[in-house]
Amino acid sequence: MNKLIPLSEAVSKFVHNEDTVYAAGFTHLIPFAAGHEIIRQGIHNLVLARATPDLIYDQLVAAGCARKVIFSYMGNPGVGSLRIVRSAIEKGEVEWEEYSHFGMISRLQAGAAGLPFMPMNQTAATHLERANPRIRRVVDPYSGQEVITVPALNPDVAIVHVQRADANGNAHLWGIIGEQKESAFAARHLILTAEEIVDEAVIRSDPNRTLIPGFIVSAVCHVPFASHPSYAQGYYDRDNDFYLKWDKISESNEAIKSYLDEWVYGVKDREEYWNKLGFEIQTRLKVRPRMSEAVNYGQY
Amino acid sequence: MTELSYSSSELMIINAARLLKNGDVVFVGVGQPNLACNLAKRTHAPDLVMIYEAGVIGAEPARLPLSIGDPTLVSGALSVVSMYDIFANYLQRGNVDVGFLGGAQIDRYGNINATVIGSDYTHPKVRLPGSGGAQEIAAWANRCYIMTPHQKRRFPEKVDFLTSAGYLDGQGGRTRAGLRGQGPVGVVTDIGYLEPDDSGELVLTALHPGKTAQAAIENTGWALKVAKNIRITEPVTEKELVILREELDPTGIYIKSS
Repeated sequence: MNKLIPLSEAVSKFVHNEDTVYAAGFTHLIPFAAGHEIIRQGIHNLVLARATPDLIYDQLVAAGCARKVIFSYMGNPGVGSLRIVRSAIEKGEVEWEEYSHFGMISRLQAGAAGLPFMPMNQTAATHLERANPRIRRVVDPYSGQEVITVPALNPDVAIVHVQRADANGNAHLWGIIGEQKESAFAARHLILTAEEIVDEAVIRSDPNRTLIPGFIVSAVCHVPFASHPSYAQGYYDRDNDFYLKWDKISESNEAIKSYLDEWVYGVKDREEYWNKLGFEIQTRLKVRPRMSEAVNYGQY
Repeated sequence: MTELSYSSSELMIINAARLLKNGDVVFVGVGQPNLACNLAKRTHAPDLVMIYEAGVIGAEPARLPLSIGDPTLVSGALSVVSMYDIFANYLQRGNVDVGFLGGAQIDRYGNINATVIGSDYTHPKVRLPGSGGAQEIAAWANRCYIMTPHQKRRFPEKVDFLTSAGYLDGQGGRTRAGLRGQGPVGVVTDIGYLEPDDSGELVLTALHPGKTAQAAIENTGWALKVAKNIRITEPVTEKELVILREELDPTGIYIKSS
């Protein structure tokens, strides 16, 4: 079934006020284009879950889209503090719920597998258990020892960016695959954005690379460069300069507002955003190819 | 022999690198731990296997990674797996030898705070990034090292928030919780090296050349004990500095003094 629609339509159809949203991607393939579209559509009171809120949630919080954040590492990766989310938490302007990375990812794994919770071994770092009552303990019925549990996370909508998908939503992704598959299966609705839309034959040529099958996908959107300032392995590099620049921008409300006005509200879509970035940045982010050896699946 | 000059960051990175054994499987953090691991791999530990929490195994970064998920970690790596797999099959299962940790506060028993400053979690005075992978690394890696500048505010008697377990209250808490890893077996600072005694209390066991025990004591928030047979660390070599400055961090992002 062809699920190819524009990103603006996918967001208005599947992201609603008060939804719990998981925009997937651990540093890699972060779906910034969809985040910006949510801001443009003024969707609000969202519960934003991500292991690392990263700049995408800093921007959504800045734009007033969030009621709550759920996270396991709230920093600007490689730079330092994630100023807007941090300040909103320090001032009590947003609710938050906190886990370790393994706790957060285990929640998704439970959600993806249709389980009510996931057990984890103890870490003896008990303060987070006290701070977050959703982290609990149960007795392992086999050994009698206590294990830690976290509840399943089943987001209303997950947004996953991939290198290539067919029009039905069968998706190939490679490089750092963080929690894309888990969030895709855990979510009630799944929006895919893709660098390239390819023939189903391309997907079928390498089925081991298909992490997401089309039949769990709600919408597929063709959005090249959707991850900037994050990256797509083999397609374009991470814009580390922008991550540093955001550290400055996010210091002042005026600079944040003017960034959102110029780069989010002021552009129609990702194509306009990418063109606006200009030749110099586009060139800096280009990557030289490094192809894998082809594998032989055999004719049977 | 002419005296080499180096930054306090270079001193810490070089001493941390020397703690790694050839063949260790090490869970690497971005920044200074990444430099320490890459330096070890290019000197005495060519068979070091570097694992990153983003899910990369056996990375051989061709350039300095600027984030924990830098694409240079992936190209040429041995394997890339999901985050669930890296934490479950690799860390929880016991397949990681070494973890590197840091944090805003490290206390007398090697417990780490990377979550909040102040005693009230719900109204944080200063909100820090939080655990990330640190909580599980501290619990489950076979052994952990901490790298941190030696400053009093970083070494309080007791952490405000227990993000990652060291030796807890020093009374066998790790064993009671069934933690598989040994915990923080060493803390590298820009003054020297701290190691746990039998009770788990961190004591000064080594000084870098030219540093004094007095400086370490003055920059520690508890009554720091000094080991009887305190040793002096091996001097930094030109070879180590050249690899750090010319190959690993040519623009000096992480090797300048903090």
